[in-house]
Amino acid sequence: MEKTDLIYSEEMFKKAPQKLRDAETIRRPSIKYWPDVWRRLKQDKLAMVGLGLLIIMGIMSIVGPHISGFKYYEQDYSNINVKPNREYWFGTDELGRDLFARAWLGTRYSLIIGILAALIDLGIGVIYGGIAGMGSQRVDAIMMRIAEIIYSIPYMLVVILLTVVFSTAGSGTSMFVLILAMTITDWVPMANLVRGQVLQLRESEYSLAAESLGATNSWILRKHIIPNTMGPILVNVTLTIPRAIFAEATLGFLSLGLQAPKPSLGTLANDGIAGMPVGNFYQILVPSILISLIMFSFNVLGDGLRDAMDPRLRK
Amino acid sequence: MGKYILKRLGMAIVTLWAIITITFILMHSVPGNPFANENKNIPDVVYQNLMRKYGLDKPYSEQYVIYLKNIGRGNFGESMKSNAETVNEMIARGFPVSARLGAQALLIALIFGPALGAIAALHQNKASDYIAMIVSIIGVSVPSFVMGSFLIQFVARKIGWIPIGGWGEFRHTLLPSFALALMPLAQMSRLMRSSMLEVMGQDYIKTAQSKGISKMTVIMKHGVRNAILPIVSILGTTVSNLLVGSFVIEKIFGIPGLGMFFTTSVYNRDYTLIMGVTVFYSIVLILSFLFVDIGYMLVDPKIRLTEEGH
Repeated sequence: MEKTDLIYSEEMFKKAPQKLRDAETIRRPSIKYWPDVWRRLKQDKLAMVGLGLLIIMGIMSIVGPHISGFKYYEQDYSNINVKPNREYWFGTDELGRDLFARAWLGTRYSLIIGILAALIDLGIGVIYGGIAGMGSQRVDAIMMRIAEIIYSIPYMLVVILLTVVFSTAGSGTSMFVLILAMTITDWVPMANLVRGQVLQLRESEYSLAAESLGATNSWILRKHIIPNTMGPILVNVTLTIPRAIFAEATLGFLSLGLQAPKPSLGTLANDGIAGMPVGNFYQILVPSILISLIMFSFNVLGDGLRDAMDPRLRK
Repeated sequence: MGKYILKRLGMAIVTLWAIITITFILMHSVPGNPFANENKNIPDVVYQNLMRKYGLDKPYSEQYVIYLKNIGRGNFGESMKSNAETVNEMIARGFPVSARLGAQALLIALIFGPALGAIAALHQNKASDYIAMIVSIIGVSVPSFVMGSFLIQFVARKIGWIPIGGWGEFRHTLLPSFALALMPLAQMSRLMRSSMLEVMGQDYIKTAQSKGISKMTVIMKHGVRNAILPIVSILGTTVSNLLVGSFVIEKIFGIPGLGMFFTTSVYNRDYTLIMGVTVFYSIVLILSFLFVDIGYMLVDPKIRLTEEGH
């Protein structure tokens, strides 16, 4: 058999017409993960109400203490227990301090405590859960057993004990101690969440690919796993913030809250309850409504985020 | 199964030991000592005697061993501020009150929470669903001290036979139990709603329906029975929430329970009482978590099977 050389020439090929090439393109714009989450979150009316309220309260907590014209610590004994009126928008307390300035400053401190506590939980949880998930089975078992023991210590009892130890009697607690107390056991759910995600994602193809290209465990964790688990982490953060705010409010109510004269919503409610028997109901009403609104907003926003990120609910 | 219970029991003991140790270390790292601060003018001899009475003159390691031994015998020591009662007597006086309040609240939550959630799930997006949703949002967002003070203002002040506070008769327990129950009630209703929705979409529900079983039987025997499992699993957390809630509720309504003793002891810096009540509460909580876990294992065939498979 004669061997023939195949000859290829330019004429044997033709450029595919544009029409055929179009068949392969994706017509719809591809929606990335976060814009998609945002798009679905926007459809959740309740979550959007929560987000809107949080933005308003965030702004008011910054400007609120300055716009009534009174300082939060200024005592005016000629104007004590004044009911809300044109001059004092939220009334005054038993020391004649303007409740409008105090309420928004209290909101500021409550929000700061909640957000900082949640961020610290996030930091510790990601590191601890990441190490446990990436480590050997034995390391994982030991670390998780320790976390389990820490978490079964009742949260509020530890918080109360720590505030008792690190604060002087009757005068309240510094913000550092409050945040320390709130984060000391509360990072465990975050660690559990991260560990679970790590265990799942380290088996994924892209982790395997990175590993076979010689990436270290910490690189895979930082560059592949954590970015892919941001969704559940964010939901967890949104639900940790109200828990910390609630704990702080409860402490404030038990006279273990933020050091006077700095107000927090809990200490304001604690002061307000003293005014209740004498008919100054507005003094407890203001902090109560603010706490409830904050709790409501974070909770519905967290629920909305969880739904928006759930691929099973995708339409 | 026996192995699992044994393992959980071991964990519970380790946890309890950890709590006792942490409490001990914390209480002894408080700057100064309980008698030095306020009684500057007490004679040296009296001060020495006080220190000896509470064993504070011994080294920490020895105090720790004595403390562990005493707790092992169920002795929480003597109150530092009250001469009349030991910590044990205070717990014996306060705990029944708190326990009754907590039990009533738990009962209210258990009766209405799952029922509300189940009804909401069966009438998805109808009026009863929205009512359940509003109740659960209020329950989750309104702290119990707010609820308590609102109930006093708008219910107790208006209805004569419901007292504003105090303790003694059944009518005293109505408002505090309700205020305490609202948050667990809301949580249970939320949980029940989502779990019921999931269960009612399962194939075995369709099978049961197609067999011609009455609607009520399908809902009760196949739906609720399976959907209730998550509620059982959060009971431990619920008890823990009720306990913290009781600190606040007892303060608002002036109820002489253990929570009240605890908050006053915190305020008075009565260290033995703080330690005693903390350890006692921890025992209660750890036991309730243990019972919930074992109970959950008994009702959920899935856990039972996997544990036996190991």
